[in-house]
Amino acid sequence: MLNWLKYGYLSLVYLLLYLPIGVLLLYSFNASKNPYRWGGFSWHWYERLWQNTALIDAAANTLLLAISAATLSTLIGTLTAIALQRYRFRGKRFLNGMLFVVMMSPDIVLAISLLALFILVGVQLGFLSLLLAHVTFCLPFVVITVYARLSGFTPQILEAARDLGASEFRMVRTVLLPVISPALLAGWLLGFTLSLDDVVVSMFVTGPTFEILPLRIYSMVRLGIKPEVNALASVLLLLSLAALVGSQYLLTRNAPHTP
Amino acid sequence: MTASRTERRKIVSLSGVRKAFGNRVVLPGLDLDIYRGEFVTLLGPSGCGKTTILRLIGGFESPDAGSILLDGEDIAALDPSQRPVNTVFQSYALFPHMSVFDNVAYGLRAERRPEEEIERRVGDMLRMVQLEELARRKPDQLSGGQQQRVAIARALVKGPRLLLLDEPLSALDYKLRKQMQNELKRMQRELGITFLFITHDQEEALSMSDRVVVLRDGVIEQSGTPRDVYESPANLFVARFVGEINVLDVRVIAQLEGGRLLAEIEGKQREFDAGQHRFAPGTRLHALLRPEDMRLLPADDGSALPGEVVERNYKGMMLETLIRLDSGRQLQACEFFDESDPDFDYLLGERVGVSWVPGWEVLLADEGA
Repeated sequence: MLNWLKYGYLSLVYLLLYLPIGVLLLYSFNASKNPYRWGGFSWHWYERLWQNTALIDAAANTLLLAISAATLSTLIGTLTAIALQRYRFRGKRFLNGMLFVVMMSPDIVLAISLLALFILVGVQLGFLSLLLAHVTFCLPFVVITVYARLSGFTPQILEAARDLGASEFRMVRTVLLPVISPALLAGWLLGFTLSLDDVVVSMFVTGPTFEILPLRIYSMVRLGIKPEVNALASVLLLLSLAALVGSQYLLTRNAPHTP
Repeated sequence: MTASRTERRKIVSLSGVRKAFGNRVVLPGLDLDIYRGEFVTLLGPSGCGKTTILRLIGGFESPDAGSILLDGEDIAALDPSQRPVNTVFQSYALFPHMSVFDNVAYGLRAERRPEEEIERRVGDMLRMVQLEELARRKPDQLSGGQQQRVAIARALVKGPRLLLLDEPLSALDYKLRKQMQNELKRMQRELGITFLFITHDQEEALSMSDRVVVLRDGVIEQSGTPRDVYESPANLFVARFVGEINVLDVRVIAQLEGGRLLAEIEGKQREFDAGQHRFAPGTRLHALLRPEDMRLLPADDGSALPGEVVERNYKGMMLETLIRLDSGRQLQACEFFDESDPDFDYLLGERVGVSWVPGWEVLLADEGA
């Protein structure tokens, strides 16, 4: 009885989590235009999606933005994490605290203040403003991920490398980077997903020249749900699943365990 | 051996080395010489500056003042990677993403040695620490003792002029520790490399070293052979830190002929051997006695200090007793079992007299401590 209850409860939780995604996948193959009726299996919406160049362009823009934002924030964030972890300097606690402020502050506040800043400084709204905004909100997550990894191993291994005759550069290349690489990958993926599905901040700082997918979908849905959106969401789901499985594979294959 | 020391070459010479971290002065001005082929141990409680000395020689800290000479050459400004000195770190600090072989080969690869030479030298080193079969393993697949051996092999493979060991055995259990102590001594003899070892464990220091340097607050309290340090401690700190010791108050009554001294100890008058020293009547001294030099006699022995047994611990090959003298002072005694009386034992509360082998006490001036 207790066992039944346990599994029943767990199934319910998972049902709640995955039912909407299942419905979405299913209806992306729906032949009927009516979203409330099943009209048989069809690839129709996928074909329509492929012909919708505006949507494809927006998706390409989004990927470009997400990859750039994730890469930039991983670069900056890693250096920040190393500085915070390895060195003692004035204002370190303040800097550390400020990261959390950015992370905790509501998107809407970040969005309004970024917009105000961009207008004040005269940054043209478009790719650049979106990139700066996305790097801003991705950065704290990367720093925290890399920082945790750096704290997880003893700093003596870096000294050991130097002691054995490695130059500072060789030490970074052969010891520091390989040891923190899982965190770099994790930070990058985190930044990538955050950038990919951001609506609130992007809405404020986007410009007419550079349309990105989340905003495009948002405007499409306002005029009534088009089944192409279901197809698009299914494709995105597949892509992110592939990325997740791929990264997990890479991590478990050469995971450096800390003693 | 002591006689030849002056002829032996200094390998490391620290003079007037000062180091402070912020306001905290760790080394106020240290002079220390280490000779070629020696096994020197720096012994002291935590915070005494022993790790700082190691890091200064290794190049991870730079001195505020003073010089560090290695074979006569000042290395204080050299980068750690340029010093012919290697370190075995306390936490082993193995590279977690490399195999045992690659860990040991790291130093040779940094020197860009040819691959055949690396293969050969790493192989020799792994054979010496008996880890040939595990060369392909990653550090997290090794036991603590095996990791320790990798760390030692990695530091020795470059043939350093001096090996620094930062409490390398503190994480091992008792049996493994004993075994590694013997192996380290063997390696040091076979390779002829000078070892500078640091520990807070006095037993380890005594059993491994040619010379023990006892440190307190960055100052050398005594430097000598293990026997010197244990049997003739220079002061109360060394006496208390190196091994167990009983400290008794002594007041000089009179200086006698032939270096003898008549003095009052715990209400009894006894004669002591003062050696070269001359003490004025009334001088207060400390008499230091190791527990194994104490003798327990029947309570009615007139010359012994009367007291009662308050604790007894059976230690296998010896019996350790704690005696409270009638003056209230507690003393430790430690007696070995021998053939003549294998079952000797005491009852708690039993009255005994405490004495010691005459002449085995160490007399120190009262430092007010």
